[in-house]
Amino acid sequence: MGALLEVEDLTVWLATRRGPRMAVDGLSFQVDSGEIFGIAGESGSGKTMTAMALLGLLPHAARTSGRAMFEGRDLLAMRPRQLRDVRGRRIAMVSQDPSTSLHPMLSIETQLTEHMRHHLGLSRSAARGRAVELLDTVRIPDPERALGAHPAQFSGGMRQRIAIAVALACEPRLLLADEPTTALDVTVQAGILRLLHRLRAERDLAVVVITHDLGVMSAVADRICVMYGGRTAEVGPRERVLTRPRHPYTRGLLDALPHPEGGAATLRPIPGSPPSLGEVPAGCPFHPRCGYAVPDCRTGRPAPVLVGPGHAAACPPDPLEGDA
Amino acid sequence: MNSAKQPRGSTGAGRRRPARPGGPLLWFLGRRLVAAALLCVGITLVAFVLTQLVPGDPAAANLGQRAIGDPEVVAAFRAKYGLDQPVPVQYLTYIGNVLQGNFGLSQQSHRPVAQDLAEYVPATIELALFAIVLSLLVGVALGVVAAVNRDRWPDQVLRVVSLGGVSMPTFWVALVAFYLLFFKFGLLPGGGRLDPGMSPPPYATGFYTLDAALAGQWDVLSSAAGHLVLPSLVLAVYTVGMLMRFTRASVLEILGNDYVRAARAKGLPERVVILRHVLRPAMVAIITVAGVAFGSLLSGAVLVENIFSWPGLGQYAYRSAVNLDLPGIMGVSIVVAAVYILINLLVDLLYGVIDPRIRLT
Amino acid sequence: MTRKDSPRAARSPWRQPLALVGAAFIVLWVLVALLAPLLAPQGPLDQLSPKLLEPSAQHLFGTDELGRDVLSRVIYGSRVSLPLAFLLVAFAAVLGCAVGAVAGFFGGWVDGALMRLADLVFAFPGIILAMAVAAALGPQLRNAVLAVVVVSWPSYARLVRGLVLSARNAEYVAASRLLGSSSVRTMLVDLRPNIAGPVLVMAALDVGNAVLLLSGLSFLGLGAQPPTAEWGAMVAAGAANFDRWWVGLFPGLCILTVVLAFNFVGDTLRDALDPRTARAIRG
Repeated sequence: MGALLEVEDLTVWLATRRGPRMAVDGLSFQVDSGEIFGIAGESGSGKTMTAMALLGLLPHAARTSGRAMFEGRDLLAMRPRQLRDVRGRRIAMVSQDPSTSLHPMLSIETQLTEHMRHHLGLSRSAARGRAVELLDTVRIPDPERALGAHPAQFSGGMRQRIAIAVALACEPRLLLADEPTTALDVTVQAGILRLLHRLRAERDLAVVVITHDLGVMSAVADRICVMYGGRTAEVGPRERVLTRPRHPYTRGLLDALPHPEGGAATLRPIPGSPPSLGEVPAGCPFHPRCGYAVPDCRTGRPAPVLVGPGHAAACPPDPLEGDA
Repeated sequence: MNSAKQPRGSTGAGRRRPARPGGPLLWFLGRRLVAAALLCVGITLVAFVLTQLVPGDPAAANLGQRAIGDPEVVAAFRAKYGLDQPVPVQYLTYIGNVLQGNFGLSQQSHRPVAQDLAEYVPATIELALFAIVLSLLVGVALGVVAAVNRDRWPDQVLRVVSLGGVSMPTFWVALVAFYLLFFKFGLLPGGGRLDPGMSPPPYATGFYTLDAALAGQWDVLSSAAGHLVLPSLVLAVYTVGMLMRFTRASVLEILGNDYVRAARAKGLPERVVILRHVLRPAMVAIITVAGVAFGSLLSGAVLVENIFSWPGLGQYAYRSAVNLDLPGIMGVSIVVAAVYILINLLVDLLYGVIDPRIRLT
Repeated sequence: MTRKDSPRAARSPWRQPLALVGAAFIVLWVLVALLAPLLAPQGPLDQLSPKLLEPSAQHLFGTDELGRDVLSRVIYGSRVSLPLAFLLVAFAAVLGCAVGAVAGFFGGWVDGALMRLADLVFAFPGIILAMAVAAALGPQLRNAVLAVVVVSWPSYARLVRGLVLSARNAEYVAASRLLGSSSVRTMLVDLRPNIAGPVLVMAALDVGNAVLLLSGLSFLGLGAQPPTAEWGAMVAAGAANFDRWWVGLFPGLCILTVVLAFNFVGDTLRDALDPRTARAIRG
């Protein structure tokens, strides 16, 4: 059986004042049913644009190329109408900040049931019944009463649970979660991540988690893709990527993470800042910030090389040899 | 004409707004009413001072050439209208009377101002209400079309249309429309509130359409409604342009919100996204402007009532102003201020209807 | 990538067709006003022809109820409306800016009093207040101009007050105060560049409103008096002879084109401003 989602050579151009600029550059990955796939990277690395491209929600003047096969159909080639039938029904999205992604003026019931009624043709009362079940699934106390309430009446964590319930309403096969915990308190984050884990197990749901937070990654992802400058830097199983990173950028990210046992001394920021849109350098996009860069990095574009089982890095293996 | 007026309240309807001070709705309304009363006092004071400062003499304006030469007649006139008292006394007396519903005697119609107002004000309000409903329907619809087609040709065309609307001299539009739709092609009834020879419905609200419906006089109702069409169309030209521009700006602002993207991600048809998820928050800014637009409709009415022989506040205000009819001018001022205050209260109440966060906080 | 990066925001306002058309019309009207004696076939007050003639080769816009050439009167009308509109917008802007700057800079009860006064004027439909003022002072063009100034200044006052308040605490103003500048000097030198742009945009939009209000007052008989060739008064003559469409149509078209031209320019300029300031001016 093939992968649920198979992205091949996805490229996204965004319109800017100075003409089209590449935001995602030849990205490929696949996600299986029941898998949690993480896409990591700093802001501007193209991870959010990847999700928007899959849903057909890019800004007006954006263009894409490549393929994104989902359940045997190419999402990038679909007409808007067909895509609308996939969105919300087969692929759902949870976005970063539930206080802005839930509509502030519509009741929870409306927001939970409107797409169920549209996609599944449920009656008002049937949709309401399902909505109660969903709220129960995401552990919202007193679901009946919650339906009549508005988002402002819930805490941030509760709102994100509601947003997840909204995403699950039509029983999608794939969930795109864009920074699902970034806006939440750390204590609440764990609950949301556990919820994603449970849902994956219960529903055989595939989840793409997009985050800049490798801590979140290590908690939920089965496989991780690290993006830099719109390209894949490294992709592989979680434990391999996090414990034996092969790309200097991944290493840099891990070194920048605080460790409970080490003090501030162990923190090592990556020098410089990620390239902004349209200013991705030639060659390996990371070379200006890379401590291992050699002259070749400035010109050649490194292709991902297999460095272990299912583990590839877009960096020639030499510089890190013996270091891992 | 009032286009430079900006709405109170924030245009950023989609963003989180600080909770309104005052908490419960009643407390909030109470504060607004007190502020409104103060505004009313302020307006009467300004109007009063203004009429005192000006060089014109009401006696000269209202008595004939011959009578003005007769000191006794002038003195009698001044005594009758209280003009012989010191100014502060005049003002206090006036306010005291107003509180009892007595607006004084009009020097120009020789009737109680309150009686005049009861007759003229509903005519203008009825007209302005018709026009504002029309403007909201057309202006909001076109503004949404412009916003969703941002920078493409429908937006460009509608931009010219809306700028054209706010650039037309209302009194000239009235003239052209009157000539074409009534005189030349006879499509719509011309002047007055009713067909000639028809008598007004029994007075209940002063709105002929409503009064006729209450009395079951259907022929009067249809005639009154027909007579409203032409003047309200003319008045709506300006407000449609105004509401279009605001709706466009407001919708564009809302379209950038996360929750709109979330609604699209749910696979809802674009129509539902716009009508349910975008227009509702956009309405918060739009109704604020609608309140301002209502004020500008009153202004417009002053200019066009003459052309349509519409016996309304505008004509009354005009006649009071030219005749320096102090009680008349004051009465008009108070009514206009009261209407303004009512509209603002209505707008505040509508915020609560549209945005549950206001009800809940 | 945000939606604010629209192509329109990036382009110079003077490249936009609407602004160009508007500017061209303004230039055209200024030329007409300057060259009126050369362009007009007759004097504005000459009663040389039969009354109420339809437009013809002889009288392109027909003649009015006194046998005057409507085209000539329309051309001379630009010499009344345009300079007065500029003048009164300048007055209103200066007055409003002064009030707003004082309110914003001194704050406290000064601010409270001035802004409540502005609110009062705002609360009133402009034309009714202007009508009261004009009627009280006597129906004359000069008084009508005064009346329009009286109702126009508050929008500038609010705008400038807002700008001053937001700029007052900005670091460069504080710095210049530390260096010993007086308040007034600070206000004039440091804040002017930030305030001039929005005020000019508002003024550009306001010229249109001024023309509308002024011609409206003249239409009511509270502004220009006969036989002055003023557009609003000419429309009023058209209303009195409404069956002769040409008497009122052409002067009204003149008002429309002038107002539209200023609105085209003003609207485009506003789009070029920063969005928050633009919102304060939007009208």
